[in-house]
Amino acid sequence: MKNMLTNSELVMTITIIAGGTLLTRFLPFIFFPSVQKVPPVLQRLQNLLPGAAIGLLVVYSLRDLNFLEGNRGLPEILAVGAVLLLERAFKQPLLSIALGTALYMLLLQRVLV
Amino acid sequence: MARCNYKRAWEALRAAFPLTLPVLAGFGFLGIAYGVLMQGAGLGAGWTFLLSFFVYAGSIQYAALMLFSAPFNPLGAFVLTLTVNARHVFYGLSTLDKLNSAGKIKPYLIFGLSDEAFSLICAHQPPQGVDAGLFMFVIVFLCRLYWIAASVCGALLGSLLTFSTKGLDFALTAMFVVIFSEQWQEKANRISLAVGAGCSLVSLIIFGPNNFLIPAMILILPALILSSQHVVGDELK
Repeated sequence: MKNMLTNSELVMTITIIAGGTLLTRFLPFIFFPSVQKVPPVLQRLQNLLPGAAIGLLVVYSLRDLNFLEGNRGLPEILAVGAVLLLERAFKQPLLSIALGTALYMLLLQRVLV
Repeated sequence: MARCNYKRAWEALRAAFPLTLPVLAGFGFLGIAYGVLMQGAGLGAGWTFLLSFFVYAGSIQYAALMLFSAPFNPLGAFVLTLTVNARHVFYGLSTLDKLNSAGKIKPYLIFGLSDEAFSLICAHQPPQGVDAGLFMFVIVFLCRLYWIAASVCGALLGSLLTFSTKGLDFALTAMFVVIFSEQWQEKANRISLAVGAGCSLVSLIIFGPNNFLIPAMILILPALILSSQHVVGDELK
């Protein structure tokens, strides 16, 4: 992928991307600048949304899994399984993440290439 | 007074830094890979810095490489940005309480609310005696620093890397999985975790990896409202 844009087109594109990203981040706070102004439905959702967003993130970070081709998602499945088991056993988040990632890299680079 | 502030900042750093280590690993890899791609596209460290500093959102920065290698299309860039980043609205709605009480640094925290910073802020309360605002500030600051530094490094010396870091970005997936599993221990969280993951999964199967985010969010909202009524009903009994 080679850049095709002139410098001024690049600056404009980057400004648009930065502006759009700012918009998605600030929008909830523009609508609800203080906690009191949050409508009741949303206040109830307040306690549930963080969990739902974490659930969304797990799926989002595994969205490119393909069970039908290549290594059939085995490195991801095994490494996620390992992370869950380690976390169950030792309750040391950093240890679970480090060992799970090491296993994933090993599987990806050496075993299930 | 200055000494006192210094001490408070040090305590916040000591509490928050270990929590950000998985992000350091994940951003280290993803940032360097991004810098290498930018350099390959003919855009060096300067452009990489501009994007990482002002945008600071990995997925749209990767997607922007497609925009740069096609004819100038401002409207397309705007729509793509909103589509890829719509999930940020969820992060804002989930952290209204925490960030609205953060005082002067609130705009900075919102500006730096990436997937990773959001999940850390959600999952971790500051330890006793550590200022909540400073704690969140350190998390956001460090995550941003990792991303900017790694991407600029990638653009500067990416082609010199000799060892394979392929798969290191799994650290971020592992972090999300660990946070999910920690939250799952609390029975009260289970419904929302299951609704979020379930709706996203359904949407992913129907719409595919490039288009599932917005349908997933649209699905999650009514599902949560329904399940929250269910929960409230149970409590009343």
